[in-house]
Amino acid sequence: MRLSGRDIRCVRGGREVFAALDFEASSGEALAITGPNGAGKTSLLRLIAGLLTVAAGSISLEGGEAELSLPEQTHYLGHRDALKPALSVSENLTFWRDFLGGETSDPAASLAAVGLDHAARLPAAYLSAGQRRRLSVARLLAVRRPVWLLDEPTNALDTSGQSLFAGLMQDHLAHGGLIVAATHAPLGLPARELRIGGAS
Amino acid sequence: MTALAALIRRDIRIALRVGGGALIGVLFFLTVVVLMPFAVGPDLALLTRLGPAILWLGALLASLLTLDRLFMADHEDGSLDLIVMSRTPLELTCAAKALAHWLAAGLPLVIATPVLGLLLNLDATATSAVALTLFVGTPALTFTGMIGAALAVTLHRGGLLLAVLVLPLSIPVLIFGVAASEAAITGPLTFGAPFSILCALSLISFVVGPFAAAASLRQGLD
Repeated sequence: MRLSGRDIRCVRGGREVFAALDFEASSGEALAITGPNGAGKTSLLRLIAGLLTVAAGSISLEGGEAELSLPEQTHYLGHRDALKPALSVSENLTFWRDFLGGETSDPAASLAAVGLDHAARLPAAYLSAGQRRRLSVARLLAVRRPVWLLDEPTNALDTSGQSLFAGLMQDHLAHGGLIVAATHAPLGLPARELRIGGAS
Repeated sequence: MTALAALIRRDIRIALRVGGGALIGVLFFLTVVVLMPFAVGPDLALLTRLGPAILWLGALLASLLTLDRLFMADHEDGSLDLIVMSRTPLELTCAAKALAHWLAAGLPLVIATPVLGLLLNLDATATSAVALTLFVGTPALTFTGMIGAALAVTLHRGGLLLAVLVLPLSIPVLIFGVAASEAAITGPLTFGAPFSILCALSLISFVVGPFAAAASLRQGLD
């Protein structure tokens, strides 16, 4: 499986964010997007996720499931957590598992994997920022998608959370997955670097 | 199907919990209808004549009240991104969201109607006629209102803009809803004709609403 972008141009609000950008990542490989604030790291992830449209160029996934589009084979972990404060931790996770569908695993096991099993019945409103992040990460585990798009994934995670997440990413890569992450901090695993924008 | 069922379950659950919209709509409906006799005066004959119109107006405003959160809440917490990316067609997702909203916010209005009919001196026939027209007509309000809710997300404005966009679209529903109720109470028209048109308006909104809302959401992504 190979994710590649050719000659991508991104325009937002009439302003060119970046142009003539190429990137490539294969199964088992992580791509770290770095660059100064406002360089377009998040925009690139959202282009890959199909949430923005490319002004020019193309993004394609080779070797994935032929019947599914790229966004449908992709997990997007953005700045916003997609959690409902009124629902409990396990209700939030179970909803996303049922709604996203495809190949899924037990939500309880996913919660245990991110260290939130003790809080399963707690309303998500009472979670700390780091716990919310862990719950979002549990979504990536509960539903299997080969491509992970991560936007500052280690934000708000404590040191043990960061190393735990690095382990989960390594597992994902070992199972033939593919990661594209926008990040300032080191990911904690070997990754190819794609730099956008000028020197910071 | 699991995906849509999960979405409907989630939305209803959120609406029924603390801070959800289900109870607020009914309370607003109650307030509008209770205030009306104070404004119009204790003329029982007049209240009976105005009753269906008051109930319909109250229901219309109450269903608008919570509609602007339909997509806005999902947009603000990032859920909408994942919904758009998912394997479920966006049109079906929109239809499921509207259905969940109607079950949580529209159906309670219909159930509350007989109680509020008492306050307006409506007899059993009149009350059941109004309740029946509301049962058939409120889905049309939700499904056309959904288009406005999707546009409100796109334009990053909620609240008042939604009312301005949606209220003109709901005029036909209001006209035929009240006409059918009046026909059942006083005549001289038959109940069937305006009621059939009301049903037709609902059916049209089921088809047009989800497609228009989905198109608007796709267009407005950024």
